[in-house]
Amino acid sequence: MNKLALPDRILMEIEKPARYIGNEINMIKKNPAQVEIRFCMCFPDVYEVGMSHLGIQILYDMFNRWEDTYCERVYSPWTDLDKAMRREHIPLFALESQDPIKDFDFLGITLQYEMCYTNVLQVLDLGGIPLRWKDRTWDHPIVIGGGPCVYNPEPLADFFDLFYIGEGETVYRQLLDTYKTSRRLKETREEFLYRCTQIEGLYVPRFYDVDYREDGTIASFGPNRDGVPEKVGKQVVTDLSDAPYPLKPVVPFVKVIQDRVTLEIMRGCIRGCRFCQAGMIYRPLREKDVEVLKEHARQMLQSTGHEEISLSSLSSSDHSGLAELVNFLIDEFGSKGVNISLPSLRIDAFSLDVMRKVQDIRKSSLTFAPEAGSQRMRDVINKGLTEEDILKGAALAFSGGWNKVKLYFMLGLPGETEEDIKGIAWLSEKIAETYYAIPKDKRIGKCQITASSSFFIPKAFTPFQWSPMGTKKEFLDKARIVNEEMKAQLNRKSLRYNWHEADLSELEGVFARGDRRLCDVLVKAYENGALFDSWSECFDREKWDDAFARCGMDPSFYTTRPRERDEIFPWDFIDAGVSKTFLLREWDRAMAGQVTPNCRVQCSGCGAMKYKGGVCCEGQD
Amino acid sequence: MKVRIKFAKSGVMKYVGHLDMVRYFQKAMRRAGIDISYTAGFSPHQIMSFAQPLGVGLYSEGEYIDIETAGGLTSREAVDALNAVMADGVRILSYRKLPDDAGNAMSIVARADYLVQFSRPLDADRAERFFRGTEPIEVEKKSKRGVTTVNIRPMVSGWELRDENRSLWLRLSAGSASNCKPELVLDALALADIIEKNEAVQITRLELYADTGTKQQPVCTPLEDLGEDIV
Ligand code: SF4
Repeated sequence: MNKLALPDRILMEIEKPARYIGNEINMIKKNPAQVEIRFCMCFPDVYEVGMSHLGIQILYDMFNRWEDTYCERVYSPWTDLDKAMRREHIPLFALESQDPIKDFDFLGITLQYEMCYTNVLQVLDLGGIPLRWKDRTWDHPIVIGGGPCVYNPEPLADFFDLFYIGEGETVYRQLLDTYKTSRRLKETREEFLYRCTQIEGLYVPRFYDVDYREDGTIASFGPNRDGVPEKVGKQVVTDLSDAPYPLKPVVPFVKVIQDRVTLEIMRGCIRGCRFCQAGMIYRPLREKDVEVLKEHARQMLQSTGHEEISLSSLSSSDHSGLAELVNFLIDEFGSKGVNISLPSLRIDAFSLDVMRKVQDIRKSSLTFAPEAGSQRMRDVINKGLTEEDILKGAALAFSGGWNKVKLYFMLGLPGETEEDIKGIAWLSEKIAETYYAIPKDKRIGKCQITASSSFFIPKAFTPFQWSPMGTKKEFLDKARIVNEEMKAQLNRKSLRYNWHEADLSELEGVFARGDRRLCDVLVKAYENGALFDSWSECFDREKWDDAFARCGMDPSFYTTRPRERDEIFPWDFIDAGVSKTFLLREWDRAMAGQVTPNCRVQCSGCGAMKYKGGVCCEGQD
Repeated sequence: MKVRIKFAKSGVMKYVGHLDMVRYFQKAMRRAGIDISYTAGFSPHQIMSFAQPLGVGLYSEGEYIDIETAGGLTSREAVDALNAVMADGVRILSYRKLPDDAGNAMSIVARADYLVQFSRPLDADRAERFFRGTEPIEVEKKSKRGVTTVNIRPMVSGWELRDENRSLWLRLSAGSASNCKPELVLDALALADIIEKNEAVQITRLELYADTGTKQQPVCTPLEDLGEDIV
């Protein structure tokens, strides 16, 4: 019988106890006594969210292929269990062995969104691991962070021994070998971490110092020790088709968000939207070979028994073998009751044809992400989707039987005018008019156009990293203007508009471009009880306002302040591939309303060419 | 053809609830390569139904699922194929073909046997008096529509103390006509002060039965006995 860390009494009192028992299909079982390295992989959110994340499954699989390593998983205990564990002093444990995470060699935490930061502290705290690296000894695991948020790791600098910048497939083996050597030689934790600075892609915050000017901006940022590199280069897998991929992913018992096979078809994006961090930091675009993908699909459906497969990428339509792959999936698995889900597809004749085969048209809706309401603004953000594209795509879909459209926009983009945001309503109206232009007997009832807007948050390593972010009041005022304009349209009865709340966006904006001084604010907010901030039922703005006030910090310093072109940013020490020259050039072009062609039309010399892979080398054997 | 599958649930799997078990088996059928039939339409789903949901926290030695399949496997092969893809704590016990006109498990289930294990012996005399009495045993039953009071006396068709009075065997009404969860009996025992309120117990469902007798003379037949092995 498998042992459990939690007593029956607690498991029976909490919601969804199956979140905490492990034992899932394809879970890896090893004898912890027979491995040299115990690695605990953490997604600091509730199980259903964490288990839906592809990155962890990739690393879990890769680590466990190594005989000397046992990789296990841990997620944030939900608030009910959190209380019970504190009440009864039960240390946080890994799902597989149910052993306390404190006893592991490594605790790897993936940082997918800023609003999970208090959950990082929760995991450490419940795990009995000191929150700050300066209080840890060899009695504690090495705490290492990864994921997109590490492109500005500074707001977490006090809590992590190490950050891994970039794609996990490249230097983890080197890190583990270094660890083994270091432990064999009985080196100190600091000596081990110093060795890590010599591994590409690893950032050890304790070996860097920051000085600030009187105005609060950074005066200098650099190594405080000889031999520690000035810059840390992101890690990139050049050949994805060869990279390890989890062919037997863990299948949860509880229904998770991604209850399906996720087939990663490529990484990176050619589009160069100027607000999009993923589009910049994952450059260059690298496709996986279609034959490899077919085989992966087959094996993963077999090993999991999932009834759905979803293609994962930033922009699936840009995969050169998409049609072949999709047709294969439909022919091979469609008849076996397997659903095929195709997010991030451009709406055109091909995709509509595919969607007709894999979805119920009456129930499904078309999705467009124009991101901005006016063509002028779409040029500013370099979103290469024109009004003509949208209306043509919609017309094609309407004549094919669809009548629901979803539109995604952002508010608060740099240089936005009232015309630009009213454009959201006007574009929605034009789509509705396109629908009603179809002869009555050829359409099915009314159409339903739903526009949603979120608030623009400038991110590190995007051309908009210099842009001020709007305030909550500005956001809400803008949302109101759009809402009024929607109501003023002829087809208002077919239009719907909803917008995200702004409190969370403001906070996300602070951490997205924040610095180390925010570590204290985070701890204070956590002590105030902030947890699961990305969950609206848990988020409490007051706990944060109080934390900022007590630390004497002004959040607007990080959000609404305009930044000089030569300001030293907290993340400048990272080499993310895209050069600062390129980003500045893009920022200038944005302000001039000039579009930049995508990588396949013309290379813009962003800097990612140095990785010698993917789209940068296409067509030049 | 119609097939009835019997399985046991133990260990940590007792924390996996009914709806999750349904999804678990849908995926397990695919992993095991059982040629299960699907409903027609745009989102086809497997033709599969469970006899009776099992509450979180209970073990079972007699759970049932009915499926519709194109066939092709012997009972032996199917049991092995399914057991090869089970999680620790779920074991397939039988895989039997049903007559074409057989009612599905959910509609014919009539009784269920349970074993309730206590951490200390019960007072046998008091238990005896409790179960042998004739006055109504009234307990509160919570449902979506609120709390109602029910008399569970007629739903307890058998009881026995076992294991030096540390375990209580129960045969209770089950199914859509009248259903009594073992927890209700425990509530009643607590009300009668025979056990403590919320006393730590482990409940195991032992078997599910159809009633193959007459109104006067009920006969409890284990659901698996209504099918026969495919050889
Ligand atoms: S170097 Fe050129 S082709 Fe390569 S990612 Fe950058 S812009 Fe695109």
